[in-house]
Amino acid sequence: MIERLAELVNADAWLVKRGRLLNTTFAIGIGDDDWLVRVENGRIEAVEKGPHVMRSWRFAIRADAETWRTFWQPVPPPGYHDIFALLRKGLIVLDGDLQPMMAHLLYIKLVLAKPREIANAGAA
Amino acid sequence: MTAALEPVIGRYLHLDLEGRTHRLYFEEAGQGIPLVCLHTAGADGRQFRALLNDPEITRDFRVIAFDMPWHGKSSPPVGWQREDYELTTERYTGMILAFCDALGLERPVAMGCSIGGRIVLNLAWAHPERFGALIGLQSAAYVERYYDAGWLNHPEVHGGEACGALAYGLVSPLSPEEHKWETVWHYMQGGPGVFQGDLFFYQVEGDVRDRITDIDTAKCPLYMLTGEYDYSASPADSEAAAALIPGAKLTIMKGLGHFPMSENPDGFRDHLLPVLNEIKKRR
Repeated sequence: MIERLAELVNADAWLVKRGRLLNTTFAIGIGDDDWLVRVENGRIEAVEKGPHVMRSWRFAIRADAETWRTFWQPVPPPGYHDIFALLRKGLIVLDGDLQPMMAHLLYIKLVLAKPREIANAGAA
Repeated sequence: MTAALEPVIGRYLHLDLEGRTHRLYFEEAGQGIPLVCLHTAGADGRQFRALLNDPEITRDFRVIAFDMPWHGKSSPPVGWQREDYELTTERYTGMILAFCDALGLERPVAMGCSIGGRIVLNLAWAHPERFGALIGLQSAAYVERYYDAGWLNHPEVHGGEACGALAYGLVSPLSPEEHKWETVWHYMQGGPGVFQGDLFFYQVEGDVRDRITDIDTAKCPLYMLTGEYDYSASPADSEAAAALIPGAKLTIMKGLGHFPMSENPDGFRDHLLPVLNEIKKRR
């Protein structure tokens, strides 16, 4: 799922344009693994799986693998369709400097939802 | 070229609230039983555009939607630049009663969504004799803060974008794109700090848990409709509230989110029409 994040986002010109003012590296935590996502002008230039040695990131969004699997279903069930829904359920942990995330919240939400477009979503 | 005028009429009302003059905008359509519609936090009366344009509803109901002060086309009071906007139970209740009085509405039906769904519970408790029926959309007796609303009014965050992004998540993934994005647009247009000021009522001050057990639905019928994809006022929250109110009629609306009337007008009307028909029969 997340391995294809760059390809899915970069193929979406509208989404890339939405994030054109964002240059940052953030972490998506899936279970024990942190994936570092490097964004340059709205394009995703790298998605790298840990373990990472002395790498910096601005903010992290972490949940267990089962939560992400449910979140990435083509039509997720209620409570799993948005990161703030996960937040209210206590299924997600936000960490770091949240300013860039909040300043680009719609872009970040749409990026995180991209794996739903993969036909066999939920199987990863 | 195609052009079509809607039957909706918009007007401004000068209204004294808390001893100060307010210029309030409202829209209306139809005739018959007054149906006063209360929009969600950080939005405005456009959320009820489909109801105002629904001949099956406006045939028997005078649908009226006002923009709260600071919202939509209603102005903040003079001197706003030196104030922090904060909605409270008393302020919200007073504004609804004053609006209904100003228009001379006889025992109107009030229908509110989210913060509107909350205040409807307070109206049911405090002023049941004033209303013919009450309809709470996405009603919860209280929602504890689960995120920092301070980001919605922060110089390092674009308020319109942040409010829009927050609202985006509260819309059901099954709602039609057209109406999903119209709903988000309303949020993107809110004034700085207004959504946050409404959330003060929703997540801090407006806790009605202590009083809803005393609601007497024999004095005024109470209907509750809640979309299943809402995680702010979730089905569980509405069920918990309804369980404490004898006679409250709750329906969970499958596939709908936090803004049923705005994000999916067709899906919503399937649930609303039976309620309105019941209200008509009782009247």
